[in-house]
Amino acid sequence: MDLRTNYLGLDLAHPIMPSASPLSKGLDRIKRLEDAGAPAITVYSLFEEQIDQESHQLDHFLEFGTDSFAEALSYFPDLGSYNVGPDEYLNLIRDAKKNTSIPIIGSLNGVSDGGWTRYAKLIQDAGADALELNVYYIPTDPKLTSADVESLYIDVVKAVRAEVSIPLAVKLGPYFSSPANVLNRIVEAGADGIVLFNRFYQPDFDLEALEVVPRVVLSTSDDLRLPLRWTAILSGRIQADIALTSGVHCHEDVIKALMAGASVVQVAAELMHNGPSRIKELLAALTAWLEEREYTSVKQMIGSMSQKSVREPAAFERANYMKALASWSDDPTGKLI
Amino acid sequence: MSRTYVTIDGTEAAAHVAFRTSEVIAIYPITPSTAMGELSDAWAAAGKKNIFGSVPIVQEMQSEGGAAGACHGALQAGALTTSFTASQGLLLMIPNMYKIAGELTSTVFHITARALATHALSIFGDHSDVMAVRQCGWGMLFGNNVQEVMDMALIATASTLESRVPFLNIMDGFRTSHEVLKVEMLSDDDIRSMIDMERVGDHRKRALSPDHPVIRGTAQNPDVFFQAREAASPYYAATPGIVQTAMDRFAALTGRSYHLFDYVGAPDAERVIICMGSAATTTEETVHYLIESGEKVGLLKVRLFRPLDIHALVSALPATVKTIAVLDRTKEPGSGGEPLYQDVVTAVAETLSAGTAPFKTFPKIIGGRYGLSSKEYTPAMVKGLVDEMAKPEPKNHFTLGINDDVSHSSLDYDPSFSTEPDDVVRAVFWGLGSDGTVGANKNSVKIIGEETTNAAQGYFVYDSKKSGSITTSHLRFGPRPIHSSYLITSANFIGIHQFGFLERYPVLETAAPGAVVLLNSHFNKDEVWDHLPKSFQQTVQARNLKLYVIDAYDVAKATGMGVRINTIMQTAFFAISGVLPRDEAIAQIKYAIKKTYGKRGDAVVQKNNAAVDTALAHLHEATVPGRSGEIQLAAAVPDNAPEFVKKVTAEIIANRGNELPVSAMPVDGTFPTATTQWEKRNIALEAPVWDPNTCIQCGKCIMVCPHACIRSKVYDGALLESAPGAFKSTTAKWREFADKKFTIQVSTEDCTGCTLCVETCPAKNKSAVGLKAINMAPQRPLREQERTNWEFFLGIPDLPRDTEAVRFNSVKNVQLLRPLFEFSGACAGCGETPYVKLLSQLYGDRALIGNATGCSSIYGGNLPTTPWAVDAQGRGPAWANSLFEDNAEFGLGFRLTLDSHNNYAKVVLGQLAAQIGDGLVDAIMTADQSTEAGICAQRARVADLKATLAGIDDPRARDLIVVADTLVKKSVWMLGGDGWAYDIGYGGLDHVLSTGHDVNILVLDTEVYSNTGGQASKSTAMGAVAKFAAGGKPSNKKDLGRMAMAYGTAYVAQVSLGASDAQTIKAFTEAESYPGPSIIIAYSHCIAHGIDMAKGLQQQKAAVDSGAFLTYRYDPRLVPQGKNPLQLDCKGPIIPLQDFIYNENRFRMLQASNPAAAAELLDQAQKGVKAHWKLYQQMAAAEVGV
Repeated sequence: MDLRTNYLGLDLAHPIMPSASPLSKGLDRIKRLEDAGAPAITVYSLFEEQIDQESHQLDHFLEFGTDSFAEALSYFPDLGSYNVGPDEYLNLIRDAKKNTSIPIIGSLNGVSDGGWTRYAKLIQDAGADALELNVYYIPTDPKLTSADVESLYIDVVKAVRAEVSIPLAVKLGPYFSSPANVLNRIVEAGADGIVLFNRFYQPDFDLEALEVVPRVVLSTSDDLRLPLRWTAILSGRIQADIALTSGVHCHEDVIKALMAGASVVQVAAELMHNGPSRIKELLAALTAWLEEREYTSVKQMIGSMSQKSVREPAAFERANYMKALASWSDDPTGKLI
Repeated sequence: MSRTYVTIDGTEAAAHVAFRTSEVIAIYPITPSTAMGELSDAWAAAGKKNIFGSVPIVQEMQSEGGAAGACHGALQAGALTTSFTASQGLLLMIPNMYKIAGELTSTVFHITARALATHALSIFGDHSDVMAVRQCGWGMLFGNNVQEVMDMALIATASTLESRVPFLNIMDGFRTSHEVLKVEMLSDDDIRSMIDMERVGDHRKRALSPDHPVIRGTAQNPDVFFQAREAASPYYAATPGIVQTAMDRFAALTGRSYHLFDYVGAPDAERVIICMGSAATTTEETVHYLIESGEKVGLLKVRLFRPLDIHALVSALPATVKTIAVLDRTKEPGSGGEPLYQDVVTAVAETLSAGTAPFKTFPKIIGGRYGLSSKEYTPAMVKGLVDEMAKPEPKNHFTLGINDDVSHSSLDYDPSFSTEPDDVVRAVFWGLGSDGTVGANKNSVKIIGEETTNAAQGYFVYDSKKSGSITTSHLRFGPRPIHSSYLITSANFIGIHQFGFLERYPVLETAAPGAVVLLNSHFNKDEVWDHLPKSFQQTVQARNLKLYVIDAYDVAKATGMGVRINTIMQTAFFAISGVLPRDEAIAQIKYAIKKTYGKRGDAVVQKNNAAVDTALAHLHEATVPGRSGEIQLAAAVPDNAPEFVKKVTAEIIANRGNELPVSAMPVDGTFPTATTQWEKRNIALEAPVWDPNTCIQCGKCIMVCPHACIRSKVYDGALLESAPGAFKSTTAKWREFADKKFTIQVSTEDCTGCTLCVETCPAKNKSAVGLKAINMAPQRPLREQERTNWEFFLGIPDLPRDTEAVRFNSVKNVQLLRPLFEFSGACAGCGETPYVKLLSQLYGDRALIGNATGCSSIYGGNLPTTPWAVDAQGRGPAWANSLFEDNAEFGLGFRLTLDSHNNYAKVVLGQLAAQIGDGLVDAIMTADQSTEAGICAQRARVADLKATLAGIDDPRARDLIVVADTLVKKSVWMLGGDGWAYDIGYGGLDHVLSTGHDVNILVLDTEVYSNTGGQASKSTAMGAVAKFAAGGKPSNKKDLGRMAMAYGTAYVAQVSLGASDAQTIKAFTEAESYPGPSIIIAYSHCIAHGIDMAKGLQQQKAAVDSGAFLTYRYDPRLVPQGKNPLQLDCKGPIIPLQDFIYNENRFRMLQASNPAAAAELLDQAQKGVKAHWKLYQQMAAAEVGV
């Protein structure tokens, strides 16, 4: 079975790759992923805030309380160097390139168009085969229009595109009035691929402490359907590769994603739960499924159930919604069927 | 030979040579020498090599005594060895110094000469310490400025190897050790040229070795000891010649020529001053100035003080000399004169009688003291002295620089006399420690010194408070080398970096006519004038000053600099001072920013650059109209302060302490307590405000407030009739006080704004959870209102200590006890002071406290004002600091005396029972004082007793009155940090624990030497970066508690307020009640941990939750009951260690600089924590045999 696929111009052995996550924190883990069969790895994200914050924090604590009191003009020894900023990350990219034989995709998470975009160039210079730009923005200002927000995304993509020549993928969330339009403009701004979708971790309330707390809930297969729909809608309509992420847990999820039009699926929660060896299990199940149905290659099925390819394009639109509601009302238990 | 010019301070100058010429360096921190050890440690950690090609081994010891011992051993084994110290540290080295000299051992110790603690401790410079070791048999060389310190370090090293006499290389503490000066750096080739490798070989050959064994350190008898002692004499006789030869070789190498005694001045001088140290540079500058005006004066600079070559000394004097004045920077009470004076008299007498002096008649020789504890020594004083020398009967045994209106020793002088040349830029800056002023000025000195051909000098004066501290910087830039070793007295630039200083300090005092003044002001150039104090306006007008304003905080905010206005003010300084062309200055500032901050990351460089770029647009010359306003300077203390506070303390607060006469000072160092209450510092930008409706009255905010600014009282509602309108009150939430009112009041003017109270408050507003029962609000608008409220609150009676309704054993109830430790100078958010305050609340009215030197002795006892307070009856802690190393022994002495006097009082009570009355005597003798009520009852009985004794005409009765108070139970406490308890004072502490006496030891454990700036102690945790442990501490924190438990007879507790305030109180009450030695080890977060101090309690909790610090109580009283004495009060490691440590910069730094080492140490430490917990579990579970 020909499992090969092509994503961002990179030839991959198969379409199931780990997404940017703690799974790639450190060379050991990256090597473990390669050993488990990952065809490429998107390394965990370098955060814009993290780069600046580490520097500011170090500066703050090295300066705090200094030159104030005659007996204690400082509180820490002056060390030769500090791995602040992107150094640690860039070293990891370098090491990963040196010690693996699969494509390594860097990931940069930011939102402003400030000086941090130069880190994209540094990631490229460190040897990354491609770059995934993760734009994560919560527009809390009531005066900010959707047009403002969209421009912000486009500007960031343009700024990063100007910095790098390697393939560029953009990962973002689904919350746009017109996702198709925004994603198309992002491609026009220079993206070679789009990653659907970023998971927005919603904060929770701790009722004992009366505090807002972060709570990470990993995805389930139910989460697949949002990116699945939009992958299907966009497949063939935008000039870019699509990677589907969020909700890929079993081989059926992989198949659906590919059929919707994704060149690859990116998996995190499933591998975090069950370990990197899960890649091989998924692959075996995928292969068996394909063989059973006499497919000859993965490429053959990519986009086979995109909106453009199906007989009833309306299935991805309003009619589907009405059908869903109707099916719910038919069920006395209230369960959606 | 090409050499570089650098701007460095005296400590770096000495350390530069010491490091390169040493193989072993034994160190211990003590101000102002600490930086030499720190530099050596950092260089060694970075792999820097000495001239022999190896990296010196730098070993921190547990005390200076330990450092001297280690040096002695290293020398005996043949290593080139050095150490650095000062003051009491040098005294602790004396026994070894005798040995090292007695064995003719080559070594150089580098000394930052500092005052010795006598009536008071002082960290500042004079020669008391080095004069106290002049008899040890060491050579003593004085470097008078930073360049000379480096030069003498090398000359001393060359000389000791040649002569075998050990040397001290001495610089003046602070004035030279901390002065930043442009100097020519000695290269490694220079150093190699001066060090004779054959002599190095000789030194090594004398080493102890089993391959050619000898024995040293024998015991000798009367038959030969004396002769053996004299056998070394030829070596001392040869040493001055050896030193001069080394000086001559050095001159040939560098062009800088030195002699044992350097004479400068008129060749036909009639008046000659003899002195050594930094005073020589100031004297030299003045002598040259006076010669210009035709005076026949001169100066003899003493460089080699020991071995003293009297012939060289006298022959260096001009034959014309008629009057000699000898200046000593020390006081030797009861002597015939201070040491240098006595030596000069002896030298003149001996040479005259031998006929070898250049003069034939005995000149007048007068001697005097100057400059004790870094007291300024200025050209004006030199002028006063030479004027005095011109008198027919000049005053002998004089003092210079003070007004001695008691013994009338002081010389008069005209303070306005100045020798400052016009072509030198003289800039004075007033800043806050936290605004970065000093750092920026150090940078400016480097820029001018290293990037231009100009000379540059910087000297910085710091505050003794650790929060809201004020700094002044004195910078000189000029075309010639600068040798003015005194603060600027006439400035042509004044930078005032805080507008609030205008009302409090004489900021324009030193402004020269036409000077430029730069003011950080939130008022613009047209508004500012009407907001200036009248005296400031008048000075600006009278001296024709040019006033510039900049809103630096606005620029800082806009550029992400927070409260650090350093770069902004520095840019403005360069823009208007004319030191450098503006564009060049900006380029240089940016270059300096890159050098200083580059390795901290680009974001930091960018924000500083942005501040530079933005600053100039906000800099404007202010309008100076002809009118003046009516704003007066604020009074230092209020009118109702006690007389002493108004007359003395207030003057010190107002920066006028130098003008106080001798008569204003206590003769024996005894000062009144409770004086911080009069110094309202108003340093917080925001202060807490109480919300009675949300408050649950738990007392946690009060418990945690490091400065005792938050108080509560339960009181009778009727008192509210006279309350100010804004005074808040609510119903008390105590079953026992159901009918009472309750108030939490904040002393807004004393608050430092740390926010620990808000962080700890558990009550949240039900309608807006972001608000708590105590919330921060801008301080300025609260000030007047809360001052009135605070005064009213203080008038509400405290709950009597013998209140029967409640017991003071819970946080809720302890909040009602008045703190007798308030408004200290500790850091904002200090982790130590809440424990100290708790002690003062629980036992302050009957406590004697011995305090080891360190943070707690500084915030607890540094003038001008001290925090130990008194209650309404006038009782409060009696406090004293002896030394760093002896505090446990010192405190034990309190107990021995109390017990002795108690015994004696009881004896006399028995003898006088008939006259006093058997009933009262019996009641006193058998009183149960185990409760507060019992103690109060005994106090009443003792009061009756004293009244009765007053009527008995018997000497025994009069004597009993004096000691009768010891019949009331007293509480003895020894306080100190981990530097004391774990390291330097451990031997004494261990001994005291073994004695069984009823004392309490409170260890404020910050896991680092906090007061001297964060050096590792044995309490420092594994993996933490500290000075002297730059690569991360490789060993575990010492388990002091377990060592104390080993006796089985001491009460031992570890507490962490953030983990459990209730457990903390329980431990304090158990320790006090335990009738033997008790030790409480209290985990204290600290600025040296590199944390957000507002989160200090969370870190205290995390320390316990991670198992890094276990809380427990070990009470030997449980053993007879068949119970295990160890009670664990924590759950062991319930969070990973990294969740605790990586919130702290001290650990994160290693992660950033050496991730592999950090990971390895974390792994080891995590395993260690688990094993430690297991051990404690086993200990707590063990069966106990009765």
